[in-house]
Amino acid sequence: MSNRDFLLLMLAMGAVTYLPRMLPLVVLSRRALPAWFAEWLELIPVAILSALITPTLFAHSDPRLFTLSKVELLAAIPTLLCALKTRSLAGTVIIGMLSYWGLGLMK
Amino acid sequence: MANNFRRGLSAAWPICLGYFPIGLSLGVLAQKGGLAPWQMAAMSILVFAGGSQFIAVAMIGAGASPLAIVSTTFMVNLRHLLMSSALSVHFPGVSRRFLSLFAYGLTDESFAVNMTRFNQGEWNRYSALTLNHAANTTWIVSTVAGVYLGQLVPPGAAGVDYALTGMFICLLVFQLRSAIVVTTALIAAACSLLAYLWLPGNAYVIVASVIAATAGLILKRLLRKRGTACE
Repeated sequence: MSNRDFLLLMLAMGAVTYLPRMLPLVVLSRRALPAWFAEWLELIPVAILSALITPTLFAHSDPRLFTLSKVELLAAIPTLLCALKTRSLAGTVIIGMLSYWGLGLMK
Repeated sequence: MANNFRRGLSAAWPICLGYFPIGLSLGVLAQKGGLAPWQMAAMSILVFAGGSQFIAVAMIGAGASPLAIVSTTFMVNLRHLLMSSALSVHFPGVSRRFLSLFAYGLTDESFAVNMTRFNQGEWNRYSALTLNHAANTTWIVSTVAGVYLGQLVPPGAAGVDYALTGMFICLLVFQLRSAIVVTTALIAAACSLLAYLWLPGNAYVIVASVIAATAGLILKRLLRKRGTACE
C-alpha cells in the first residue's frame, strides 16, 4: 500500500468512526427530547457498561465459549466488593489490578 | 478554568493507565504487520478507537480490501451512536464547534467516566473535554511507543491489563441506584453474553444495550401505570 493510499484509508476509517460519535451529540443536544426517549437514554449507560463487561468475565474470546473459570471473573469479586464498600474509583481499580495479578500468579 | 482542567486530568488516570499496555501491544502488532511509526501515529490520531484499530492492523497485514476495512471499522464503532445520544442531554445548547471537538474523544471509557461524573456533579464540559484529550494523548503516545519498544515491556506487569475492567466494574456499581436500573443491568448482562456467543463481531454491545434499555423502560412505565391505578 502506498503512503497516499494508507492516508486515504485512515481518513475513511476516521470519518466512519467520527460521524456516529458526533451526529447525535450535535443534533440531539439542541432539541427537547420526548419524555420516553429521554428515559430510554437514561438507561443506556448502565446497559452499555453491563454489556461491555459481561463477555470479559464470562466468556473465552477465541473461540467464543461460556465459562465460569476465568481469572477476570474471580478478580471481579474483590473488585465488586471494594466498589460497593468504598465507592472509590481509584481504590477499586487498584484492588482490581492487584487481585487480577495475584490470582494470575496462583493459577 | 484551571479547576476544570485539574478535575478532568485527575479523573482520567484509570483510563490512561489502562490504555498504556493496550496501546503498546497494538504498536507491537502494527510493527510486526509492517506499519511504520508515522503510520501508527496517523491511525491513532485519525481513528482513535482501540478495538477497531486492532482489527484494522490485522486486516491490513492480511491484505484485506480498503472497502472491507472501512466497513468493518464502521460496524465496530457504531455503538458510539448510542453513547453520543446518551451524552447529549448533558450539553444543552452547547456550540457545534465544542461538540465537534468533544465528540472526537468519545470512547467506551471516556463515555463511562464522563457519564458517571456528570451524574455525580462537580463536572462540566471543560472537565469532560480535558479527560477525552488526556486519554487521546496517552493512546497516541503508547501506540507509537509500542512500534519502537513494545517487545521490551513484559506483558501483564502488576495486573495493569485489568485496569479498564476494574474501572468498568466500579462505574457500573456507581450507576446502580434503583431497582429498575439493576434490572436493566442484569438484562443487559444476559443479552450481551448470549449475543456475544451467537453473533459475530461486537454487535453484542448495541444489541444488548438496546434490548435492555427498552425492557427497562417498558418495565418502568408498567410499574408507574400500576402505581397510578392503585391510588
